[in-house]
Amino acid sequence: MPMIEINAVSKWYGPQFQVLKDCTTAIEKGEVVVVCGPSGSGKSTLIKCVNALEPFQAGTIRVDGINLADPSTDLPKLRARIGMVFQHFELFPHLKITENLCLAQEKVLGRSRDEAMSRAMSLLDRVGLREHAHKFPGQLSGGQQQRVAIARALAMDPIAMLFDEPTSALDPEMITEVLDVMVELAREGMTMMVVTHEMGFARKVAHRVIFMDKGEIIEDRPKDEFFGTPRSERAQIFLSKILAH
Amino acid sequence: MFTAFDFDVILRSLPYLFWDGMTFTLMLTALSALGGLVLGTLLALMRLSNLPILGAVATGYVNLMRSLPLVLVIFWFYFLVPYIGQIITGAERPVLVGGFASALITFTLFEAAYFSEIMRAGIQSIPKGQVSAGYALGLNYRQVTSYIVLPQALRNMLPVILTQAIVLFQDTSLVYVLSITDFLGAASKVAQRDGRLIEMYLFAALVYFLISFAASRLVRHLQTKTAIIR
Ligand SMILES: Nc1ncnc2c1ncn2[C@@H]1O[C@H](COP(=O)(O)OP(=O)(O)O)[C@@H](O)[C@H]1O
Ligand SMILES: [Mg+2]
Repeated sequence: MPMIEINAVSKWYGPQFQVLKDCTTAIEKGEVVVVCGPSGSGKSTLIKCVNALEPFQAGTIRVDGINLADPSTDLPKLRARIGMVFQHFELFPHLKITENLCLAQEKVLGRSRDEAMSRAMSLLDRVGLREHAHKFPGQLSGGQQQRVAIARALAMDPIAMLFDEPTSALDPEMITEVLDVMVELAREGMTMMVVTHEMGFARKVAHRVIFMDKGEIIEDRPKDEFFGTPRSERAQIFLSKILAH
Repeated sequence: MFTAFDFDVILRSLPYLFWDGMTFTLMLTALSALGGLVLGTLLALMRLSNLPILGAVATGYVNLMRSLPLVLVIFWFYFLVPYIGQIITGAERPVLVGGFASALITFTLFEAAYFSEIMRAGIQSIPKGQVSAGYALGLNYRQVTSYIVLPQALRNMLPVILTQAIVLFQDTSLVYVLSITDFLGAASKVAQRDGRLIEMYLFAALVYFLISFAASRLVRHLQTKTAIIR
């Protein structure tokens, strides 16, 4: 059974605009899948559908065998098991770093203060930010904030991680520090769905690459095949554009 | 020309003015600001909710309150509240409600309309990604609202909220229509009793001005200190 199973998913904004067209794919446990494609092709929308942050009108999505559309599914509980990292970090600016990491652990998982705190500190250690634990997010650089955001997601002990362009809001010199954390995570066997244009990351750790355009999954192939001979013309053009520099 | 004035009357009535009058005014201001903020926040959440009925009720309430003169509402409630109390408690006669309680209820209900607009703007100023991040961590609506949205909205809106409270501080003087002894009421009673209208009203104006002015300076100072670093 795949960890994430997306089956014939379609989504409309309003009556006219179809943002996702019959998308089907599956992500196995421990698999790392990179999703790429032109801006506006529906990558963010698809990834948000996976943890039910966006509703969809047709098709089914199952996470760990649980059908999102089933009315009896406890969505907050399911979301707590899926980590998500956003383009703009979305740390809570009014809370210290430690509180950012502890809030959901305590309120959702019911962990004690001590438990939550020790988990938070060990994750901050892991992303190399222990000494910043008592600062506020605004006092950190973009790269540091995104590493905290990854730690915050990991603090919930997720079964899978979703990344939506985690490095595209960062200054170039900070991209590596975030990718390093993600590479390590991938090598530890975390199930990951990563929207990114960092093809270096894809080459290094991805098992498969999905290429989207205009709401459709155009290609969904093992990494080596995708980079070797992209079948569709649209993917070829896209690749040549982003690999050109 | 000031020889005809008797400024000593102010000195003589100071304990009465401040101990009786100003205490009432400040209590009324603080409690109705707090009550108005709580009720206003609920109204704002109703207006922003996905349930059209809740939104319509809140919008109707806010529009109603904003299109009535405050003096009228004060009057109205003073005469109405005892009967509402009678209906609620099922008593045989109208429930006796003191001037303070009546004024507090009135100002709370009235201010709620204004605070709801402030809080609505505050809530809408929170980036949508913050809410998504909360949900993505498994928090539910209540938790996202109380731990993520409202603290930031309150913080962002604090200067506006306090400025509204300063306006409220001045507006509480309207309870004079109920012959209640707030600060202005106290000053006015002394003025009538001793025939010292000019002295007392000048003094009252000065006190309102000084307090409001000092408070708004404080708010401006606070504004620079509480801004959330993004
Ligand atoms: N809330 C929305 N309402 C209407 N259209 C939207 C909304 N969110 C996104 N879109 C549109 O859906 C399309 C796909 O958006 P998105 O999934 O963010 O693309 P990507 O992440 O691939 O750049 C875009 O054309 C965008 O303008
Ligand atoms: Mg996007």
